Order: sequence, then C-alpha cells, then structure tokens
Amino acid sequence: MRLIALLALVLIFWLGTRRLRLIPGRGQSLVEMGLGFVRTNIAVELLGEKDGKRFLPLLTTIFFVVLFSNLTGVIPGLNIAGTSVIGLPLVLAVVAYVAFMYAGIKKNPGGFFRNALLPKGVPWPLYIILTPIEFISTFILRPITLTLRLMMNMFVGHIMLVLFFSATHFFFLSAPGAMKLIGVGSLGMGFAFTLFELMVSALQAYVFAVLTAVYIQLALAEDH
Amino acid sequence: MIRTVVTAAEETVNPLLSAPYDIIWSAVVFVVALLLFWKFALPKMQNLLDERAAAIEGGIKKAEEAQAEAAAALEKNNAELARAREEAAEIREKARANAASLEIELKEQANEEAARIVTNAQARIESERSAAASQLRHEVGTLALDLSEKVVGESMSDERASGIVDRFLADLETQEAGR
Repeated sequence: MRLIALLALVLIFWLGTRRLRLIPGRGQSLVEMGLGFVRTNIAVELLGEKDGKRFLPLLTTIFFVVLFSNLTGVIPGLNIAGTSVIGLPLVLAVVAYVAFMYAGIKKNPGGFFRNALLPKGVPWPLYIILTPIEFISTFILRPITLTLRLMMNMFVGHIMLVLFFSATHFFFLSAPGAMKLIGVGSLGMGFAFTLFELMVSALQAYVFAVLTAVYIQLALAEDH
Repeated sequence: MIRTVVTAAEETVNPLLSAPYDIIWSAVVFVVALLLFWKFALPKMQNLLDERAAAIEGGIKKAEEAQAEAAAALEKNNAELARAREEAAEIREKARANAASLEIELKEQANEEAARIVTNAQARIESERSAAASQLRHEVGTLALDLSEKVVGESMSDERASGIVDRFLADLETQEAGR
C-alpha cells in the first residue's frame, strides 16, 4: 500500500512540477495549491519566512506521505491505510523528533534544554515535579503521541469501514428476509464513514505536519 | 471484499508490534518522498514562484512605464495643440492687421491716384488752354495783319508786321489789365 501510495505521490509531484509554467494550467494549479498549502498554512505561518523555508522539504514530505498513505484506506482494492499499521507513523514520528531536536540543539543547546526542562516564571521547588514531567512530555511522549494519534485514527477508521462493509455484505447475502433491509443502513453508514475517512485523512496529515512544525518552533524559540 | 477484509485483519492483528520490514519500507518511502520534494519539487516550485513574482513585477513596471509614456504623449499633444491655437490666433491677428493696413494703403493709393488724375487733368486743361490761347493769338495776329494790309493796301515787311502785331497785342493786354 505504501509503495503504491509512494508511486502515486512521486508520479503526481514529479509530473506535476516537471514543467512548471508562469501561467498555471488546471493540473499545475492543483499541485501548486497542495504545495502552497503546506508552505503558507504550515511552514511559514508557524516558523516564519526563514525557518519555514529551511524545514519546508521535511514538512511537505511528512504532509504528503501521511496524506497519500491515509488515502489508501478508502481506495477500493487497497482498502487499508498505509498509516494504520505502526511502521510508517513510527518512522515519521522519529523523523519529527530528530528534526526538532536537531533544530533546538543547533540553534542554542543550553537554551533549548533549559526552555524545555526548566520553564521560566516558576518557583524553583516546583522544578522537582515539573522537570521530570516536562522531560517525559517533551522527549518521550511527543513521538509516541504523534505515532499513536495517526495510527489509531487510521486504524479505527479502517475498523469502522470493515465493520460496516462486512455487515452490509452479510445482511445483503446471508441474512434472512427483512433483515436484508438493515444492510441498506449499514451500507449508508459505510458510505458516510468513507467520506469521513477522506476528511480524517487530510486532517491527520495536517495535524501531523502542524505538530512537527510546532515542535520545531518551540525548539527554535528563545523563551516561552 | 471478504478476502481484503480478512487479509487486512491478518495484517492488523497487533498494530502496536512492528515487523522490521514495516519500518524499513516506511523509511524507504519517507526517504524517497523527502528526496523528491527536497531536491526536485520544492526547488522547482520556488523557482516558479520567484519567476512569477518577477514577471508580475515586470508587468507592473511595464504598465507603469506605458502609462507614463501615454501621459507624456498626452501632455505633448496638449502643448502642441495649445501652441497651434496660439499660432492660429497670431495668424488671425496678423491677417487682421494686414487687412487694416492694406485698406489704408489702398485708400491712400486711391487718393493718390485720384489726386494724380486731377493734377493731370488740370495740367492738360492748362496746356490746352495755353495752346488755344497762343493759337488764338497767332490767328488774331494774322487776321489783324490781313485786315490792316487790306486797309493799308500795301504789304509790310514781315519783320515790321510782326513788330506791329506784337505791340498791338501788348497794348491790348495792358488795356485788358487796366480794365
């Protein structure tokens, strides 16, 4: 699935950006819209012009890899999202983790860890509790939450679709008499959830990319 | 459908456990996608955006230039029009002045001509009159001579005769002047 998604992604963006023209055609407008969305709404908005540009390749890759892998969940014949097994979300979460650690350490190692572990404006005794909490939340939980949020969203979506479609199958073909009618309802639900999955796919891709950007932003921030 | 569901179910028996191939292929996917965006798609996109910005700026500049040119041309035209109007007014004024002076000149010429004609006529009249007078005088002299010859019966020498006539005429004139 992921390889198919990757193939689609490579084809679309390779062909889509191979011959760019000043005055865009329809296809080019779509590709530009996609890339422009990540550029302005995620990278530049959160990281600013300069750092946004620096991390743009990473954020774009995360966004589109997640999006395309998510969409395999609603494509007939593929039917399961590439992100609903743990491998891809984990890899991407590790990448995001490495990215914000790299950003913070390169910018100002002392400041990065002090900001993360010893937040300002707190009476010092509180650091006894606060620092371990911050440590766990920043350096341990972030990649885990990134991974699980994405994977579970897609996994559950997949389960829902399996449930509704297998129920429909059962009701239409195996259920006796009037029970067949229930199949109509379950098919409708499956249909609705397919559309819902489309939205979730885009939303989770957005969330993943935005969170990565936010982590990088926090790592780059002087104080907070 | 069932088959897909079954295989999917098998694949997701425990989604939290990850098989090594899962991680490896995910990493491959990520790296390929990253390289695609990093080295190819995004630089191209950036170039395009820069080019587009440049094109738009160029277009705006060009439009501004064209506008400035048009404004300059309009100003020039207006100036030329004003100058043409001034010139026309000047010409009209000059023509009027010319006409006035011409009229005066013509009048003068006409007056002169008239005066000349009058003078000529007077001169001619005068000369006619004097010619007539001298002829008359001559004829009167001849007549008087003939008459006196007939009266005296003898001819007088020409010299004497003309002397007598002249004296006679001078007497006549003095008599006339005396009257």
